[in-house]
Amino acid sequence: MIWDIAVLGAGPAGMAASAEAARHGARVMLLEESPAPGGQVYRASPAGFTVPRDADGRAGDALRAALAESGAKLRTGCRVWGLGGGPLVPEGAPAAPFRLDALDAEGTPFTAEARALVLCPGTTERVIPFPGWTTPGVLGLAAATILLKSAGVLPGRRAVVSGAGPLLYAVAAKLLKAGCEVAAVVDLASAAEWARALPALAARPDLLAQGAAWRARLLRARVPVLAAHSVVAAEGGEAVARVRVAPVSGGAERVFDCDTLLVGHGLSPATEATRAFRAAHRYAPESGGWVPVTDADGRTSVVRLYVAGDGAGVRGAAAAPAGGRLAALAALRDLGLITASEHDTTRAAPMRDHASAARAGAAMARVMAIRPALVAAIPRDCVVCRCEGVTRAEIEHALDDGAEDMNQLKQFTRCGMGPCQGRVCGEAAAELVAARVGGRERAGFATGRLPLRPVPMAALLGEFDYADIPVPAPAPL
Amino acid sequence: MTDDLRIKGITRPADVALTFDGRELRAPAGEPLAAALLAAGVRRLGEGPGSPRAAFCMMGTCQQCLVRVDGRLAQACLVPVRAGLAVTPA
Repeated sequence: MIWDIAVLGAGPAGMAASAEAARHGARVMLLEESPAPGGQVYRASPAGFTVPRDADGRAGDALRAALAESGAKLRTGCRVWGLGGGPLVPEGAPAAPFRLDALDAEGTPFTAEARALVLCPGTTERVIPFPGWTTPGVLGLAAATILLKSAGVLPGRRAVVSGAGPLLYAVAAKLLKAGCEVAAVVDLASAAEWARALPALAARPDLLAQGAAWRARLLRARVPVLAAHSVVAAEGGEAVARVRVAPVSGGAERVFDCDTLLVGHGLSPATEATRAFRAAHRYAPESGGWVPVTDADGRTSVVRLYVAGDGAGVRGAAAAPAGGRLAALAALRDLGLITASEHDTTRAAPMRDHASAARAGAAMARVMAIRPALVAAIPRDCVVCRCEGVTRAEIEHALDDGAEDMNQLKQFTRCGMGPCQGRVCGEAAAELVAARVGGRERAGFATGRLPLRPVPMAALLGEFDYADIPVPAPAPL
Repeated sequence: MTDDLRIKGITRPADVALTFDGRELRAPAGEPLAAALLAAGVRRLGEGPGSPRAAFCMMGTCQQCLVRVDGRLAQACLVPVRAGLAVTPA
Protein backbone atom coordinates (compact mmCIF):
# COMPACT_ATOMS: atom_id res chain seq x y z
CA MET A 1 0.00 0.00 0.00
CA ILE A 2 1.08 3.57 -0.57
CA TRP A 3 0.76 5.75 2.52
CA ASP A 4 -0.42 9.34 2.20
CA ILE A 5 2.32 10.62 4.49
CA ALA A 6 5.43 8.93 5.87
CA VAL A 7 7.12 10.60 8.85
CA LEU A 8 10.73 9.83 9.69
CA GLY A 9 11.62 10.26 13.37
CA ALA A 10 9.25 9.98 16.35
CA GLY A 11 10.52 12.84 18.48
CA PRO A 12 8.18 15.69 19.46
CA ALA A 13 7.97 17.02 15.87
CA GLY A 14 7.36 13.61 14.30
CA MET A 15 4.80 12.51 16.90
CA ALA A 16 2.83 15.76 16.53
CA ALA A 17 3.06 15.72 12.72
CA SER A 18 1.82 12.12 12.55
CA ALA A 19 -1.03 12.70 14.98
CA GLU A 20 -2.13 15.88 13.19
CA ALA A 21 -2.13 14.23 9.76
CA ALA A 22 -3.91 11.07 10.97
CA ARG A 23 -6.56 13.13 12.77
CA HIS A 24 -7.41 14.67 9.39
CA GLY A 25 -7.93 11.22 7.90
CA ALA A 26 -4.57 10.74 6.19
CA ARG A 27 -2.99 7.28 6.18
CA VAL A 28 0.24 7.92 8.09
CA MET A 29 3.30 5.74 8.69
CA LEU A 30 5.75 6.91 11.39
CA LEU A 31 9.20 5.27 11.50
CA GLU A 32 11.53 5.51 14.51
CA GLU A 33 15.01 4.16 15.18
CA SER A 34 14.71 3.91 19.00
CA PRO A 35 12.70 1.18 20.73
CA ALA A 36 9.98 3.72 21.70
CA PRO A 37 8.64 7.09 20.49
CA GLY A 38 9.67 10.27 22.30
CA GLY A 39 12.91 11.54 20.84
CA GLN A 40 15.80 12.54 23.07
CA VAL A 41 14.28 15.20 25.37
CA TYR A 42 10.97 13.36 25.77
CA ARG A 43 12.53 9.91 25.70
CA ALA A 44 10.39 7.19 27.26
CA SER A 45 11.77 4.86 29.89
CA PRO A 46 11.94 1.20 28.88
CA ALA A 47 8.80 -0.86 29.53
CA GLY A 48 8.58 -1.87 33.19
CA PHE A 49 10.75 1.04 34.42
CA THR A 50 9.00 3.59 36.62
CA VAL A 51 11.15 6.69 36.64
CA PRO A 52 9.82 9.70 38.59
CA ARG A 53 8.06 11.97 36.05
CA ASP A 54 9.29 15.51 35.47
CA ALA A 55 7.82 18.20 33.20
CA ASP A 56 9.59 16.72 30.14
CA GLY A 57 8.25 13.26 30.96
CA ARG A 58 4.71 14.57 31.19
CA ALA A 59 5.00 16.54 27.92
CA GLY A 60 6.32 13.40 26.21
CA ASP A 61 3.53 11.25 27.63
CA ALA A 62 0.91 13.70 26.30
CA LEU A 63 2.43 13.56 22.80
CA ARG A 64 2.66 9.75 22.96
CA ALA A 65 -0.99 9.50 24.07
CA ALA A 66 -2.15 11.80 21.24
CA LEU A 67 -0.13 9.75 18.75
CA ALA A 68 -1.60 6.46 20.00
CA GLU A 69 -5.17 7.82 19.68
CA SER A 70 -4.62 9.32 16.23
CA GLY A 71 -4.58 6.12 14.20
CA ALA A 72 -1.12 6.76 12.72
CA LYS A 73 0.83 3.54 12.18
CA LEU A 74 4.02 3.57 14.29
CA ARG A 75 7.01 1.27 13.70
CA THR A 76 9.83 1.54 16.24
CA GLY A 77 13.27 -0.05 16.25
CA CYS A 78 13.53 0.58 12.48
CA ARG A 79 16.75 1.41 10.74
CA VAL A 80 15.87 3.49 7.66
CA TRP A 81 18.87 3.27 5.36
CA GLY A 82 17.50 3.93 1.91
CA LEU A 83 15.59 6.79 0.33
CA GLY A 84 13.99 6.98 -3.07
CA GLY A 85 11.53 9.07 -5.04
CA GLY A 86 11.61 12.80 -5.42
CA PRO A 87 14.83 13.72 -7.20
CA LEU A 88 16.35 10.27 -6.57
CA VAL A 89 14.72 8.57 -9.55
CA PRO A 90 16.20 8.06 -13.01
CA GLU A 91 15.43 10.84 -15.45
CA GLY A 92 11.95 10.48 -16.88
CA ALA A 93 10.72 8.19 -14.08
CA PRO A 94 7.86 9.40 -11.85
CA ALA A 95 9.06 11.30 -8.73
CA ALA A 96 6.27 9.94 -6.55
CA PRO A 97 5.86 8.05 -4.34
CA PHE A 98 8.77 8.49 -1.96
CA ARG A 99 10.35 5.21 -0.95
CA LEU A 100 11.95 4.32 2.39
CA ASP A 101 14.03 1.17 2.73
CA ALA A 102 14.45 -0.04 6.28
CA LEU A 103 15.23 -2.94 8.57
CA ASP A 104 12.76 -3.69 11.34
CA ALA A 105 13.72 -4.47 14.95
CA GLU A 106 14.44 -8.11 13.98
CA GLY A 107 16.64 -7.06 11.08
CA THR A 108 14.06 -7.99 8.43
CA PRO A 109 14.02 -5.63 5.45
CA PHE A 110 10.86 -3.76 4.50
CA THR A 111 9.90 -0.87 2.27
CA ALA A 112 7.40 1.92 2.84
CA GLU A 113 6.06 4.16 0.09
CA ALA A 114 4.29 7.45 0.61
CA ARG A 115 2.97 10.36 -1.44
CA ALA A 116 4.54 12.90 0.93
CA LEU A 117 7.45 12.64 3.35
CA VAL A 118 7.93 14.62 6.55
CA LEU A 119 11.47 14.43 7.93
CA CYS A 120 11.85 14.96 11.69
CA PRO A 121 15.45 13.81 12.18
CA GLY A 122 16.35 15.98 15.18
CA THR A 123 19.92 16.92 15.94
CA THR A 124 23.29 15.43 16.66
CA GLU A 125 25.39 16.68 19.54
CA ARG A 126 28.46 18.58 18.43
CA VAL A 127 31.67 17.68 20.24
CA ILE A 128 34.77 19.55 19.12
CA PRO A 129 37.78 17.23 19.54
CA PHE A 130 40.41 17.76 22.25
CA PRO A 131 43.24 15.52 23.44
CA GLY A 132 41.80 12.46 25.15
CA TRP A 133 38.25 12.84 23.82
CA THR A 134 38.25 9.22 22.64
CA THR A 135 39.14 7.87 26.12
CA PRO A 136 36.47 5.56 27.60
CA GLY A 137 34.51 7.57 30.16
CA VAL A 138 34.15 10.63 27.90
CA LEU A 139 30.49 10.86 26.90
CA GLY A 140 28.21 13.47 25.36
CA LEU A 141 25.97 15.68 27.50
CA ALA A 142 22.96 14.34 25.62
CA ALA A 143 24.23 10.82 26.31
CA ALA A 144 24.31 11.68 30.01
CA THR A 145 20.69 12.87 29.99
CA ILE A 146 19.62 9.65 28.27
CA LEU A 147 21.48 7.57 30.86
CA LEU A 148 20.05 9.57 33.77
CA LYS A 149 16.48 10.10 32.62
CA SER A 150 15.69 7.00 30.63
CA ALA A 151 18.01 4.20 31.72
CA GLY A 152 18.45 5.43 35.32
CA VAL A 153 22.19 4.70 35.27
CA LEU A 154 24.97 7.08 36.36
CA PRO A 155 27.76 7.55 33.80
CA GLY A 156 30.33 7.39 36.63
CA ARG A 157 30.92 8.29 40.27
CA ARG A 158 32.61 11.66 39.84
CA ALA A 159 32.06 13.79 36.73
CA VAL A 160 33.37 16.91 35.07
CA VAL A 161 30.56 18.51 33.04
CA SER A 162 31.68 20.77 30.23
CA GLY A 163 30.60 22.52 27.06
CA ALA A 164 27.89 25.01 26.15
CA GLY A 165 24.18 25.50 26.53
CA PRO A 166 21.44 24.78 29.05
CA LEU A 167 22.14 21.04 28.96
CA LEU A 168 25.34 21.73 30.90
CA TYR A 169 23.47 22.86 34.01
CA ALA A 170 20.64 20.38 33.54
CA VAL A 171 23.09 17.46 33.45
CA ALA A 172 25.17 18.75 36.38
CA ALA A 173 22.10 19.27 38.59
CA LYS A 174 20.59 15.90 37.65
CA LEU A 175 23.88 14.12 38.36
CA LEU A 176 24.00 15.63 41.85
CA LYS A 177 20.40 14.70 42.52
CA ALA A 178 21.01 11.13 41.37
CA GLY A 179 24.03 10.73 43.65
CA CYS A 180 26.98 11.40 41.36
CA GLU A 181 29.68 13.78 42.51
CA VAL A 182 30.29 16.75 40.19
CA ALA A 183 33.93 17.83 40.25
CA ALA A 184 33.35 20.96 38.15
CA VAL A 185 31.10 22.60 35.60
CA VAL A 186 33.18 24.04 32.76
CA ASP A 187 31.08 26.49 30.72
CA LEU A 188 32.37 27.87 27.40
CA ALA A 189 29.93 30.76 27.66
CA SER A 190 30.69 33.84 29.71
CA ALA A 191 28.24 35.39 32.17
CA ALA A 192 27.72 38.17 29.62
CA GLU A 193 26.62 35.67 26.94
CA TRP A 194 24.03 34.20 29.30
CA ALA A 195 22.85 37.70 30.18
CA ARG A 196 22.26 38.42 26.48
CA ALA A 197 20.04 35.32 26.25
CA LEU A 198 17.83 36.43 29.15
CA PRO A 199 15.39 38.79 27.35
CA ALA A 200 14.31 35.98 25.00
CA LEU A 201 13.60 33.81 28.04
CA ALA A 202 11.36 36.40 29.71
CA ALA A 203 8.31 34.76 28.12
CA ARG A 204 9.31 31.41 29.62
CA PRO A 205 9.39 31.91 33.41
CA ASP A 206 9.31 28.11 33.75
CA LEU A 207 12.70 27.83 32.01
CA LEU A 208 14.18 30.68 34.03
CA ALA A 209 12.99 29.10 37.28
CA GLN A 210 14.35 25.73 36.22
CA GLY A 211 17.72 27.26 35.32
CA ALA A 212 17.87 29.08 38.66
CA ALA A 213 17.05 25.86 40.52
CA TRP A 214 19.85 24.01 38.72
CA ARG A 215 22.33 26.78 39.59
CA ALA A 216 21.17 26.81 43.23
CA ARG A 217 21.70 23.07 43.52
CA LEU A 218 25.27 23.43 42.21
CA LEU A 219 25.93 26.30 44.60
CA ARG A 220 24.63 24.32 47.60
CA ALA A 221 26.89 21.41 46.68
CA ARG A 222 29.83 23.85 46.34
CA VAL A 223 30.53 22.68 42.80
CA PRO A 224 33.05 24.97 41.07
CA VAL A 225 31.32 26.59 38.06
CA LEU A 226 33.92 28.00 35.69
CA ALA A 227 32.54 30.47 33.13
CA ALA A 228 34.39 31.09 29.86
CA HIS A 229 36.53 27.96 30.41
CA SER A 230 37.16 24.95 28.22
CA VAL A 231 38.61 21.46 28.56
CA VAL A 232 42.27 21.32 27.50
CA ALA A 233 42.61 17.55 27.77
CA ALA A 234 41.13 14.41 29.27
CA GLU A 235 43.84 12.18 30.73
CA GLY A 236 43.99 8.54 31.79
CA GLY A 237 44.81 5.30 30.01
CA GLU A 238 42.02 2.74 30.04
CA ALA A 239 39.52 5.32 31.34
CA VAL A 240 39.36 9.02 32.20
CA ALA A 241 41.19 9.81 35.45
CA ARG A 242 41.53 13.60 35.31
CA VAL A 243 40.60 16.60 33.18
CA ARG A 244 42.66 19.71 32.58
CA VAL A 245 40.72 22.94 32.05
CA ALA A 246 41.75 26.52 31.29
CA PRO A 247 40.15 29.90 30.63
CA VAL A 248 39.02 30.32 27.01
CA SER A 249 41.16 33.45 26.75
CA GLY A 250 44.23 31.58 28.01
CA GLY A 251 45.72 31.45 31.49
CA ALA A 252 46.44 29.06 34.32
CA GLU A 253 45.18 25.48 34.00
CA ARG A 254 43.26 23.67 36.69
CA VAL A 255 43.11 19.90 37.08
CA PHE A 256 40.08 17.96 38.29
CA ASP A 257 40.17 14.25 39.19
CA CYS A 258 37.14 12.38 37.87
CA ASP A 259 36.08 9.07 36.33
CA THR A 260 33.85 10.55 33.65
CA LEU A 261 33.84 13.65 31.46
CA LEU A 262 30.52 14.74 29.97
CA VAL A 263 30.98 17.14 27.11
CA GLY A 264 28.77 18.81 24.50
CA HIS A 265 29.45 21.90 22.41
CA GLY A 266 25.94 22.45 21.13
CA LEU A 267 23.51 20.79 18.76
CA SER A 268 23.59 20.55 15.02
CA PRO A 269 20.62 19.63 12.76
CA ALA A 270 20.73 16.11 11.30
CA THR A 271 20.65 16.80 7.57
CA GLU A 272 21.69 13.46 6.08
CA ALA A 273 18.24 12.79 4.60
CA THR A 274 17.67 16.30 3.18
CA ARG A 275 21.22 16.23 1.77
CA ALA A 276 20.55 12.82 0.18
CA PHE A 277 17.41 14.27 -1.43
CA ARG A 278 19.55 17.15 -2.80
CA ALA A 279 17.27 19.69 -1.11
CA ALA A 280 18.61 23.26 -0.95
CA HIS A 281 20.45 24.08 2.30
CA ARG A 282 21.82 27.26 3.84
CA TYR A 283 24.45 27.78 6.49
CA ALA A 284 22.85 29.23 9.63
CA PRO A 285 25.21 29.00 12.63
CA GLU A 286 22.57 30.54 14.90
CA SER A 287 20.34 27.53 14.05
CA GLY A 288 23.09 24.98 14.63
CA GLY A 289 24.79 24.81 11.21
CA TRP A 290 23.59 23.75 7.76
CA VAL A 291 19.80 23.70 7.61
CA PRO A 292 17.43 22.81 4.78
CA VAL A 293 15.85 25.87 3.15
CA THR A 294 12.13 25.84 4.05
CA ASP A 295 9.11 28.08 3.95
CA ALA A 296 7.26 28.93 7.18
CA ASP A 297 5.35 25.61 6.97
CA GLY A 298 8.39 23.36 6.59
CA ARG A 299 8.22 22.78 2.81
CA THR A 300 11.71 22.09 1.44
CA SER A 301 12.91 22.83 -2.12
CA VAL A 302 11.84 19.25 -3.07
CA VAL A 303 8.15 18.86 -3.91
CA ARG A 304 6.19 17.11 -1.12
CA LEU A 305 9.26 16.81 1.10
CA TYR A 306 8.93 18.58 4.45
CA VAL A 307 11.15 18.99 7.49
CA ALA A 308 10.15 19.88 11.06
CA GLY A 309 11.63 20.11 14.53
CA ASP A 310 15.30 20.66 15.34
CA GLY A 311 16.27 19.06 12.02
CA ALA A 312 14.95 22.23 10.37
CA GLY A 313 17.12 24.44 12.64
CA VAL A 314 17.62 24.09 16.39
CA ARG A 315 14.67 25.65 18.25
CA GLY A 316 14.24 23.12 21.06
CA ALA A 317 11.77 20.41 21.99
CA ALA A 318 9.09 22.91 23.12
CA ALA A 319 8.85 24.39 19.61
CA ALA A 320 9.01 21.05 17.80
CA PRO A 321 5.36 19.85 18.09
CA ALA A 322 4.04 23.07 16.54
CA GLY A 323 6.59 22.74 13.74
CA GLY A 324 5.48 19.15 13.17
CA ARG A 325 1.83 20.16 12.97
CA LEU A 326 2.63 22.93 10.46
CA ALA A 327 4.50 20.49 8.20
CA ALA A 328 1.67 17.94 8.45
CA LEU A 329 -0.95 20.54 7.57
CA ALA A 330 1.12 21.75 4.60
CA ALA A 331 1.44 18.14 3.38
CA LEU A 332 -2.32 17.58 3.80
CA ARG A 333 -3.03 20.69 1.74
CA ASP A 334 -0.48 19.83 -0.96
CA LEU A 335 -1.97 16.32 -1.25
CA GLY A 336 -5.48 17.76 -1.52
CA LEU A 337 -6.59 16.10 1.73
CA ILE A 338 -7.66 19.44 3.20
CA THR A 339 -8.78 22.55 1.33
CA ALA A 340 -6.80 25.77 1.17
CA SER A 341 -9.29 27.50 3.45
CA GLU A 342 -9.17 24.64 6.00
CA HIS A 343 -5.40 24.93 5.90
CA ASP A 344 -5.48 28.68 6.46
CA THR A 345 -7.72 28.21 9.50
CA THR A 346 -5.92 25.27 11.10
CA ARG A 347 -2.38 26.55 10.71
CA ALA A 348 -2.94 29.79 12.67
CA ALA A 349 -2.64 28.19 16.13
CA PRO A 350 0.54 26.14 15.50
CA MET A 351 2.09 29.13 13.72
CA ARG A 352 1.56 31.22 16.86
CA ASP A 353 2.75 28.43 19.21
CA HIS A 354 5.85 27.88 17.13
CA ALA A 355 6.82 31.56 17.04
CA SER A 356 6.47 31.90 20.80
CA ALA A 357 8.38 28.71 21.71
CA ALA A 358 11.04 29.27 19.05
CA ARG A 359 12.14 32.58 20.56
CA ALA A 360 13.56 30.94 23.69
CA GLY A 361 14.87 28.06 21.58
CA ALA A 362 16.71 30.44 19.26
CA ALA A 363 18.38 32.21 22.21
CA MET A 364 19.62 28.84 23.50
CA ALA A 365 20.78 27.84 20.02
CA ARG A 366 22.88 31.03 19.88
CA VAL A 367 24.62 30.10 23.15
CA MET A 368 25.29 26.67 21.61
CA ALA A 369 26.52 27.96 18.22
CA ILE A 370 29.87 26.65 17.04
CA ARG A 371 32.91 28.52 18.42
CA PRO A 372 35.66 28.69 15.78
CA ALA A 373 38.31 29.35 18.46
CA LEU A 374 37.62 25.93 19.96
CA VAL A 375 38.30 24.29 16.59
CA ALA A 376 41.41 26.40 16.05
CA ALA A 377 42.77 25.05 19.36
CA ILE A 378 42.64 21.38 18.27
CA PRO A 379 46.27 20.11 18.44
CA ARG A 380 47.73 18.70 15.22
CA ASP A 381 48.08 15.12 16.54
CA CYS A 382 44.50 15.02 17.88
CA VAL A 383 42.10 12.61 16.16
CA VAL A 384 39.19 14.48 14.56
CA CYS A 385 37.42 11.61 12.72
CA ARG A 386 37.35 8.82 15.28
CA CYS A 387 35.80 6.21 12.96
CA GLU A 388 38.73 6.43 10.54
CA GLY A 389 41.39 7.76 12.91
CA VAL A 390 42.04 10.95 10.89
CA THR A 391 44.02 13.60 12.78
CA ARG A 392 43.98 17.36 12.36
CA ALA A 393 47.46 17.14 10.81
CA GLU A 394 46.14 14.81 8.09
CA ILE A 395 43.26 17.21 7.41
CA GLU A 396 45.64 20.18 7.17
CA HIS A 397 47.88 18.12 4.90
CA ALA A 398 44.96 17.42 2.57
CA LEU A 399 44.17 21.15 2.52
CA ASP A 400 47.85 21.87 1.71
CA ASP A 401 47.50 19.37 -1.12
CA GLY A 402 44.58 21.27 -2.58
CA ALA A 403 41.39 19.87 -1.02
CA GLU A 404 38.88 22.70 -1.34
CA ASP A 405 35.69 21.43 0.22
CA MET A 406 34.21 18.71 2.42
CA ASN A 407 33.77 16.22 -0.41
CA GLN A 408 37.40 16.54 -1.41
CA LEU A 409 38.54 16.29 2.21
CA LYS A 410 36.59 13.03 2.46
CA GLN A 411 38.16 11.71 -0.75
CA PHE A 412 41.68 12.73 0.30
CA THR A 413 41.61 11.46 3.89
CA ARG A 414 38.51 9.24 4.52
CA CYS A 415 37.44 11.84 7.13
CA GLY A 416 33.69 11.29 7.55
CA MET A 417 33.69 8.05 5.55
CA GLY A 418 33.41 5.66 8.52
CA PRO A 419 30.29 4.13 10.03
CA CYS A 420 29.01 7.39 11.61
CA GLN A 421 29.23 8.99 8.15
CA GLY A 422 30.66 12.25 9.44
CA ARG A 423 27.92 12.90 11.96
CA VAL A 424 30.43 13.18 14.82
CA CYS A 425 33.43 14.82 13.11
CA GLY A 426 31.62 16.80 10.37
CA GLU A 427 31.27 20.08 12.22
CA ALA A 428 34.91 20.25 13.38
CA ALA A 429 36.24 19.09 10.01
CA ALA A 430 34.12 21.64 8.15
CA GLU A 431 35.37 24.42 10.41
CA LEU A 432 38.98 23.40 9.70
CA VAL A 433 38.28 23.47 5.95
CA ALA A 434 36.40 26.77 6.29
CA ALA A 435 39.35 28.43 8.01
CA ARG A 436 41.46 27.70 4.93
CA VAL A 437 39.02 28.20 2.04
CA GLY A 438 37.14 31.27 3.28
CA GLY A 439 34.06 30.23 5.20
CA ARG A 440 31.61 27.39 5.77
CA GLU A 441 29.60 28.12 2.59
CA ARG A 442 32.73 27.50 0.53
CA ALA A 443 33.65 24.43 2.58
CA GLY A 444 30.15 23.10 1.90
CA PHE A 445 29.01 19.74 3.21
CA ALA A 446 29.59 16.16 2.22
CA THR A 447 27.04 15.09 -0.38
CA GLY A 448 24.31 13.00 1.25
CA ARG A 449 24.87 9.34 0.43
CA LEU A 450 23.01 6.10 0.95
CA PRO A 451 22.92 4.05 3.05
CA LEU A 452 21.86 6.63 5.67
CA ARG A 453 22.89 4.15 8.37
CA PRO A 454 25.27 1.19 8.27
CA VAL A 455 23.39 -1.85 7.06
CA PRO A 456 24.44 -5.51 6.60
CA MET A 457 25.08 -6.54 2.99
CA ALA A 458 22.71 -9.48 3.47
CA ALA A 459 19.85 -7.05 4.08
CA LEU A 460 20.61 -5.23 0.83
CA LEU A 461 20.93 -8.38 -1.23
CA GLY A 462 18.01 -10.33 0.21
CA GLU A 463 17.56 -14.06 -0.43
CA PHE A 464 18.78 -15.30 -3.78
CA ASP A 465 20.12 -18.35 -5.54
CA TYR A 466 23.09 -18.00 -7.86
CA ALA A 467 21.14 -20.09 -10.38
CA ASP A 468 18.45 -17.38 -10.46
CA ILE A 469 20.82 -14.64 -11.54
CA PRO A 470 20.35 -14.12 -15.28
CA VAL A 471 23.66 -14.48 -17.09
CA PRO A 472 23.85 -12.89 -20.52
CA ALA A 473 24.97 -15.17 -23.33
CA PRO A 474 28.72 -14.93 -23.94
CA ALA A 475 29.79 -12.80 -26.87
CA PRO A 476 30.48 -14.87 -30.01
CA LEU A 477 34.16 -15.65 -30.55
CA MET B 1 31.52 -0.42 39.87
CA THR B 2 28.42 -2.56 39.86
CA ASP B 3 24.85 -1.96 40.94
CA ASP B 4 25.72 1.29 42.68
CA LEU B 5 25.68 3.13 39.34
CA ARG B 6 21.94 2.35 39.04
CA ILE B 7 20.00 5.30 40.41
CA LYS B 8 17.88 4.57 43.49
CA GLY B 9 14.13 5.19 43.53
CA ILE B 10 13.43 3.65 40.11
CA THR B 11 11.34 0.49 39.87
CA ARG B 12 12.86 -1.87 37.32
CA PRO B 13 11.91 -5.24 35.85
CA ALA B 14 13.67 -8.29 37.33
CA ASP B 15 17.31 -8.81 36.43
CA VAL B 16 18.14 -11.26 33.68
CA ALA B 17 21.45 -12.91 32.86
CA LEU B 18 23.55 -12.03 29.81
CA THR B 19 27.22 -12.37 28.93
CA PHE B 20 29.86 -9.95 27.67
CA ASP B 21 32.93 -11.62 26.22
CA GLY B 22 32.03 -14.77 28.16
CA ARG B 23 31.66 -13.02 31.53
CA GLU B 24 28.22 -13.31 33.11
CA LEU B 25 26.40 -10.06 33.93
CA ARG B 26 22.96 -9.30 35.29
CA ALA B 27 20.78 -6.37 34.27
CA PRO B 28 17.07 -5.49 34.31
CA ALA B 29 15.22 -6.62 31.17
CA GLY B 30 14.70 -3.68 28.82
CA GLU B 31 17.63 -1.58 30.03
CA PRO B 32 19.67 -0.26 27.08
CA LEU B 33 22.55 -2.71 26.62
CA ALA B 34 25.10 0.13 26.60
CA ALA B 35 23.81 1.31 30.01
CA ALA B 36 23.88 -2.25 31.37
CA LEU B 37 27.52 -2.67 30.31
CA LEU B 38 28.43 0.70 31.85
CA ALA B 39 26.71 -0.29 35.10
CA ALA B 40 28.68 -3.56 35.08
CA GLY B 41 31.93 -1.63 34.81
CA VAL B 42 32.48 -2.55 31.15
CA ARG B 43 33.59 0.54 29.26
CA ARG B 44 35.85 -0.82 26.54
CA LEU B 45 33.57 -2.31 23.87
CA GLY B 46 36.10 -2.87 21.11
CA GLU B 47 39.06 -1.35 19.36
CA GLY B 48 38.96 1.75 17.20
CA PRO B 49 41.81 3.11 15.13
CA GLY B 50 44.41 4.07 17.73
CA SER B 51 42.14 3.99 20.77
CA PRO B 52 39.59 1.74 22.47
CA ARG B 53 35.92 2.23 21.63
CA ALA B 54 33.34 3.04 24.32
CA ALA B 55 29.74 4.30 24.37
CA PHE B 56 29.74 8.00 23.50
CA CYS B 57 26.43 9.43 22.20
CA MET B 58 23.91 6.86 23.55
CA MET B 59 21.45 7.76 20.77
CA GLY B 60 22.50 5.70 17.80
CA THR B 61 24.60 8.33 16.04
CA CYS B 62 28.30 7.77 16.72
CA GLN B 63 28.62 3.99 16.17
CA GLN B 64 31.26 3.81 18.93
CA CYS B 65 29.27 1.26 21.00
CA LEU B 66 29.19 -1.29 18.18
CA VAL B 67 29.22 -4.85 19.59
CA ARG B 68 28.10 -8.27 18.41
CA VAL B 69 24.82 -9.40 19.94
CA ASP B 70 24.26 -13.13 19.35
CA GLY B 71 26.72 -12.81 16.49
CA ARG B 72 25.03 -9.86 14.78
CA LEU B 73 26.60 -6.36 14.70
CA ALA B 74 24.50 -3.95 16.73
CA GLN B 75 24.77 -0.60 18.49
CA ALA B 76 24.63 -1.37 22.21
CA CYS B 77 22.74 1.87 22.93
CA LEU B 78 19.81 0.79 20.74
CA VAL B 79 19.51 -2.82 21.96
CA PRO B 80 17.29 -3.53 25.00
CA VAL B 81 18.64 -6.17 27.41
CA ARG B 82 16.98 -9.60 27.07
CA ALA B 83 17.65 -12.83 28.96
CA GLY B 84 20.49 -14.84 27.47
CA LEU B 85 22.05 -12.19 25.19
CA ALA B 86 25.58 -13.24 24.22
CA VAL B 87 27.49 -10.00 23.65
CA THR B 88 31.04 -9.87 22.32
CA PRO B 89 33.30 -6.96 21.37
CA ALA B 90 33.08 -6.03 17.69
